[in-house]
Amino acid sequence: MSAITDNLDLYWNGFLRSLGLGLWGLVGSLLLGTLVAIFRVSPVAPLRALGTAWVTVVRNCPLTVVLFFFAFGLPEIGINADFYWFGLAALIVYTSAFVCEALRSGINAVPAGQAEAARAIGLAFTQTLTQVILPQAFRTSVPPVGSVLIAMLKNSAVVGAFGVGRDIFSVGERLTSAQGYAALPVVTGVAIAYLLITLPAGALLGALERKVAILR
Amino acid sequence: MSAAAETVLYDAPGPRARRRHLVASLVAAVALLAVAAVVVSRLDDQGQFAAELWSPLLSPSDEDFHDVWRLLGLGLLATLKAAVLAIVLSLVIGSVLGVARMMLGRRGRVPLVGLVELLRGLPVVITIYFVSKVLPETGADLGSLPGGEGLWILVIGLTLYNSVIIAEILRAGVSSLPRGQREAALAVGLTPGATMRLVLLPQAVRVMLPALISQVVVILKDTSLAAVLGIYIELLRQGNLIALTLKNPLQVLTVVGLIFILLNYLLSRVATLLERRLSGSSGSGDDIAAEASAPLSATAPA
Repeated sequence: MSAITDNLDLYWNGFLRSLGLGLWGLVGSLLLGTLVAIFRVSPVAPLRALGTAWVTVVRNCPLTVVLFFFAFGLPEIGINADFYWFGLAALIVYTSAFVCEALRSGINAVPAGQAEAARAIGLAFTQTLTQVILPQAFRTSVPPVGSVLIAMLKNSAVVGAFGVGRDIFSVGERLTSAQGYAALPVVTGVAIAYLLITLPAGALLGALERKVAILR
Repeated sequence: MSAAAETVLYDAPGPRARRRHLVASLVAAVALLAVAAVVVSRLDDQGQFAAELWSPLLSPSDEDFHDVWRLLGLGLLATLKAAVLAIVLSLVIGSVLGVARMMLGRRGRVPLVGLVELLRGLPVVITIYFVSKVLPETGADLGSLPGGEGLWILVIGLTLYNSVIIAEILRAGVSSLPRGQREAALAVGLTPGATMRLVLLPQAVRVMLPALISQVVVILKDTSLAAVLGIYIELLRQGNLIALTLKNPLQVLTVVGLIFILLNYLLSRVATLLERRLSGSSGSGDDIAAEASAPLSATAPA
């Protein structure tokens, strides 16, 4: 176990960087996913088509392919950035499609009578959506969106494995390859670091679900 | 389903709303075309449409064409090999794990529950990384297995994670069945094992088919994690190697991405067909399956 205790500060810094990547990914994919979901239910046909195409393409493409596109493709057309930003962008783009679908399933789960009643008392489309449908849809979407976001936190490990530098993954790589520690304790430390992110996130989601659950 | 939801959100548009939608559609279309034009011109400025970058992939008369597609074919084969192995192993081990968790007593299943929760919380890339680092240290000789070490590291890593997920899917399926199913099976004298095997599991599999299929798609996609870790030459890694030689990453990645999209799309088409056939095949017993699966298929990825 000395491999972990000796390098606790290294692990801690790596943990913070990985956590940061996950949190920025969370914020970004929620925003982008909501935008795509709005596109997909909007009455404007080209936006709807864009939303559908986005979801179909991105969802069927492995995250790694999206990641390679950003990391190896963008420099080809003269866009250069740190791998960290490419990784984060790929994570957000990939997750947004799943967030969109989870939100849309929430919108679909709101009983039709709600929208009909809203229209019957004279509310317009935007009012129906923002004051009647979305508040309910968000609550219904908490479990599916939550599990998408937890999957995203786990996927941030892929970005880490790809090499953003100084994150928990590169700590493991450095300790095993460069400093010659035995792999088992080092990699166990990396696994524990991720469990420290995903398990509390799962517990948090469970508490949130109980809080906002609607009985129908 | 989506069409119904869309029409319920807003009234059938009248003449003014239709005009407004038309204007908005035109504006949006023009804006999208403008963005596309900027992207295309930017790509063109950088020479990304140059024939020598595309022709090894598209033109059979190019000298590299046959080599490139032979290599991509090998990569695709390697991807499918890893995916099929991981899927079969995960289904088998997952069923065993799931059944064991359901049939063991309260105390007996504690270690199993711990293992399931632990593996479920780990990113799959970490389990593969774990296998790739730790297994060679234990002296296990994966290289002597057919397919080579990289393949089995990938397959074992994927199986570790996905068998647990499949066990949980099956458990959710069984617990969604009405209690009377189990009670009736026990009452007619079936042993607990036979109850599980003959009555509960067949219904659970049918109910959870959408979730199982989407997990299969996930496994197929996750084989490409091997490219990130650099342990096994599958489709994406093969594409990467080709792009290194030909210096056309955007073009090769586009083709590789399209192959993955096509593959996954076909798989989900098959899943939809299978689902329809299974749920429409036999008589009244299907009501249970249909009822229980309705809320699930609403949230599962289509």
